[in-house]
Amino acid sequence: MNLLSIAVRNLTYRKLPTALTMLSMALGVALVVLVLSISGIIEKTFERTGNVGYNLIVGAKGSDVQLTFNTVFFLSQPVENIKYSYYMEFMAGDERQKDFERIGGILEEPERRGAYSSSIQGGFAIPMCMGDYIDVFRCIGTTPDYFNRLKHGDNNDRDYKFAKGRNFVDYSDDNGFFEAVVGSQVAAEMKLTLDSEIFASHGSSDGAQHNQAFKIVGILESTGTPNDRGAFINIEGFYLLEGHVAPDRNDVTGKEVKGSAVAPVRDSKLSKVRLPIDKREVTAVLVKTEGMKGIGLQRQVNKSTSAQAVSPISVISGLLEQFVKPIKWALLAITSLVCIVSAISILVGIYNSMNERRRDIAVMRALGASRDHITAIILVESVLIAVGGGVLGWIAGHAVGPLSNTWTEPSTGVRVDFFSINSMMEPFIVPGLILIGILAGVIPALSAYRTSVVKSL
Amino acid sequence: MLEIRNLKKSYAEPSGNRLLILDIPQLDIGEGEQVVLRGESGGGKTTLLHIISGIVAADSGSIKLDGTELTKFSEPTRDRIRADKMGYVFQTFNLLPAFTALENVRLGMTFAKKKMNAARAKELLTKVGLSDRMHYLPSQLSVGQQQRVAVARALANKPRLLLADEPTANVDPSNQKRIIDLIQDVCREESVAILLVTHSDEIANRFERVEKLERINHAFAQRTAASDL
Repeated sequence: MNLLSIAVRNLTYRKLPTALTMLSMALGVALVVLVLSISGIIEKTFERTGNVGYNLIVGAKGSDVQLTFNTVFFLSQPVENIKYSYYMEFMAGDERQKDFERIGGILEEPERRGAYSSSIQGGFAIPMCMGDYIDVFRCIGTTPDYFNRLKHGDNNDRDYKFAKGRNFVDYSDDNGFFEAVVGSQVAAEMKLTLDSEIFASHGSSDGAQHNQAFKIVGILESTGTPNDRGAFINIEGFYLLEGHVAPDRNDVTGKEVKGSAVAPVRDSKLSKVRLPIDKREVTAVLVKTEGMKGIGLQRQVNKSTSAQAVSPISVISGLLEQFVKPIKWALLAITSLVCIVSAISILVGIYNSMNERRRDIAVMRALGASRDHITAIILVESVLIAVGGGVLGWIAGHAVGPLSNTWTEPSTGVRVDFFSINSMMEPFIVPGLILIGILAGVIPALSAYRTSVVKSL
Repeated sequence: MLEIRNLKKSYAEPSGNRLLILDIPQLDIGEGEQVVLRGESGGGKTTLLHIISGIVAADSGSIKLDGTELTKFSEPTRDRIRADKMGYVFQTFNLLPAFTALENVRLGMTFAKKKMNAARAKELLTKVGLSDRMHYLPSQLSVGQQQRVAVARALANKPRLLLADEPTANVDPSNQKRIIDLIQDVCREESVAILLVTHSDEIANRFERVEKLERINHAFAQRTAASDL
């Protein structure tokens, strides 16, 4: 026999205390691994959503966090709007002219190029109108470019794909301006299929809905982005909903001119009459620029009195640093304390068993075991408990991820595999916790070292 | 084989005075010799076995085993010599409850410098009549069987000297004879010397040489004289 087999036999003889001590260690380590995994998923989710595929969000002056939350995550209260004509400042000369001709209305110097158009050459500007809801989900009025030009994924190189159907178009002969695309989670929770009709509402407590239906022509594949929780309707149809006509405002006071919010006359659902440019507003414009032009554009927009430009990545990483990481450290501190408690339980478990085992220790000494042999046996026992519990906890902590993929993947878009270590800290923290468990065996080992053979025999 | 000269051991009393327990001018045991040590309870018999085995250090004197002076060695060296050259049988058997009969015997081999063949453990258990109980835990063995395992364990490393401290005190009379026969036969077969402590006349009569501690231990005479005063 060797010291290891003696230690193993000692542990297996006291099955229940050994199992309970090991379990407490396993639970501690599993908690730490779980916290690391969850915070890893949260960070990754933040990174994925922060990696939105555009550099700037342009919206009304106000809180940059609110504008980001509203636009990227579809959270928080909708912000104020900016004029549609301001959005047209991101268009090149011919595009602006074409858009004016397509929509109609009042626009100064329609033939000139947009003031910011030079900054987004090779990029894009996509408008978003928000404020309405489809059931509990945000309703976003936007252009087909939202899915044609935006990309997603870790490297921001994946096109949006449709699990069913297609993207909505500017105008269709079947549905006019009233087509919609819904995210995977919206379709699943509302049990929507192609050709289902959805009605936008203001999200008010009375549940009042607009009476104009939008036909679902596409259901997105799951992307793991907030878009899974969005219902996207054609911006042209959005403008034609009741109450979405922007009133004229007094140039000096900014007050609404009463009776000016008049919707255009349309004879049927398939009418091609659009809301004029001067009656339109947008909540946000998603802007992608080439290279470093975004910084200059952001500065330029922020100098204006009517809008602000925020960098969503800066806002999101700021939030991550400010809130998510401190919470992660707090959770880690708590779970590490749990592990220290587990280590103390190893100490107490082995130490208490020492009283029962003094005679056994004395017998081994009488058979020729040195004090070092006895110390080593006790230390090996604590190593086995700490490592055994630690490995069990590590396996359990990692197994939770794959087992919960069914529930977490749709909402986070992050698939957790058993061996995907989501935190750089894990290779240091877990062995560290096991080491604490091993150190907990030192005190009982010293007690064993000092056992008097004569008194214990 | 074992030579003891001027061995002294005392303990501190609660009053602070030192009580001389052992004062043995000379005690020799020859190779393979089988010796019984008798004496009153508290006379120092167990202490003498502890000192010879190196569990307890003597105050002074000399103990030589095969010409090697044991008292000069450090505790770890005495532990190693005990594992290599001595076997110990206790009054209460002291088998480890977590280990089977076979493992208890092999445990005796674990701490020795010379590595014995694992087959020897089985051979010894067969010799003591427990070939069919090798994988039994001590709790599954009778008292007599447990002591036979203890004998096999003490002989596992082919010791030069077997120290036995009242090995049959807790055994019924029918098993007493069997265990003593076993100890004597195996030790004779393997040329192992025995120093066996007993209170039993019957057992003592089975040995050719019987030493009374009162005779060889001068501390006893000193204590008796002191109490008479």
